[in-house]
Amino acid sequence: MSEQAKDEGPLPVVPWLKGAGTNDPYLEGQKCGCGAIFLGERNNCSSCGARDQLKPTRLSNKGKLYVYSIVHRSFPGIEVPYISAIVDLDGGGTVKGNLINVEPDPAKIQFDMPVDVVFDDALGRKDKDGNSYISYFFQPAA
Amino acid sequence: MSDVYVMGIDMIKFGRFPDKTVPQLGATAALMALDDAGLTIQDMQALYCGNLGQASAMVGQRILQEIGQTGIGVVNCANACATGATAFREAWMSIKAGVNDVVLAVGVEQMGKGLLGGGGGAAGIPKEGLLGSGTMPAVFAEAGMEHSRNYGTTFEQFAKVSVKNHHHSTLNPKAMYQIETPLETVMNAEMISYPNTKLMCSVNVDGAAAAVLVSEKKAKELGMARAVRVKASILTSDPYSDRDLVMPDVNAVTRRAVKEAYEMAGIGPDDISLVELHDCFATAEILHYENLGLCKDGEAGRMIDEGEVALGGRIPVNVSGGLLSKGHPLGATGIANIYEVSTHLRGEADKRQVEGARFGMTHVIGLGSACGIHILEKVA
Repeated sequence: MSEQAKDEGPLPVVPWLKGAGTNDPYLEGQKCGCGAIFLGERNNCSSCGARDQLKPTRLSNKGKLYVYSIVHRSFPGIEVPYISAIVDLDGGGTVKGNLINVEPDPAKIQFDMPVDVVFDDALGRKDKDGNSYISYFFQPAA
Repeated sequence: MSDVYVMGIDMIKFGRFPDKTVPQLGATAALMALDDAGLTIQDMQALYCGNLGQASAMVGQRILQEIGQTGIGVVNCANACATGATAFREAWMSIKAGVNDVVLAVGVEQMGKGLLGGGGGAAGIPKEGLLGSGTMPAVFAEAGMEHSRNYGTTFEQFAKVSVKNHHHSTLNPKAMYQIETPLETVMNAEMISYPNTKLMCSVNVDGAAAAVLVSEKKAKELGMARAVRVKASILTSDPYSDRDLVMPDVNAVTRRAVKEAYEMAGIGPDDISLVELHDCFATAEILHYENLGLCKDGEAGRMIDEGEVALGGRIPVNVSGGLLSKGHPLGATGIANIYEVSTHLRGEADKRQVEGARFGMTHVIGLGSACGIHILEKVA
């Protein structure tokens, strides 16, 4: 299993990061007819209760910063500081992740600042089988 | 349906008791509450026990093994930080249903030190610090920053919550800490997750609280002089909102609960004399002034600036010292805050007494999410 995974290149950090081994990675939502968008596969909609109506939808690589916190103390071994950010993607879907390439200073971070979703190696973290992972990050829009 | 009364209630002084077991701490509080009611374990018809850390380990039964194995039914419940309130509400409901006349509710927790939350999925690699933060200080910082984005609430205003609650705790001998923390001290404390500094995070402590709840019939038998009437007991879960699964929405779950609580009690926010609300982080308290209807939306910053929520103000909030300074033993918190409000309604709160208190409210949030609200009324 792990041998096979290594042959396929980096793994996605979450199952809803698609195209991890390609040059066109993206985040995928599950969209209900009622408009609700979820991250990750599921059978039913927790907004309207509809069953088996969710369809995969490619989420935008652009969005706006909704809120954030600057984390100065985390669990042992986790490098700080970093910016934990909640981003509303254009066209729908809300995602949490690290906001990078911005100083971790409230004066440098604006609500609603446009951000791009970018994909890169998961900070060098590897699983117990030695697999590399590709993660998503937010950075100020180009 | 019978009204339900709190006939006995007490809590141990919160602290760190590594030499005690969880059942021992719970048993201590249970005996204190029984003594307060003038009753014994032999009088109890059921036990409702709230504990999170040993949720699968029959804590309620082990409490009875410490104080009397009478053979009564025991319900053990876990509901994150709403655990104690959930146990109390289950006890209340059994009397409302006419099944029991006199029952015991206990909330108890033994806590380690350090950060709560995070962890993430076991598969793959750790997600903390890679996909943002799942630590509780960060999650509640983000919830507070939503208030900042909507109303311009400042770091200083959040910090003032901590100044107030630490001040209140100097008047509460059962609080973990009795230490004044001036604004500069709070703002210059170690930054954990902006805008929450260390002094703006609740204290991990061991604690236990217990209550004896009785029916109206039983209350009349025992005498109403120190009885406290439970006017409303509400529990909600988080209704769907767009960001809830990514950014837990502690607002909608509270607003739904408080609307139902005011309806059940037949009163409104202007009737409330004091509130013990879920200040797990200083950022959270600000949100709940508005969520609980203590002020209009957007006025919470002004409330803390003008001292309206301090002891002596229009609507004192967390005069016990709150989770920020009294401490937050998860499973005990929901009954400890009912103890605080009951003590004021009985006129027994000594130096921190809210004068003329007639109605009081308690509020807890269990992230994930649950909201428990109780409204209590002075009887005699």
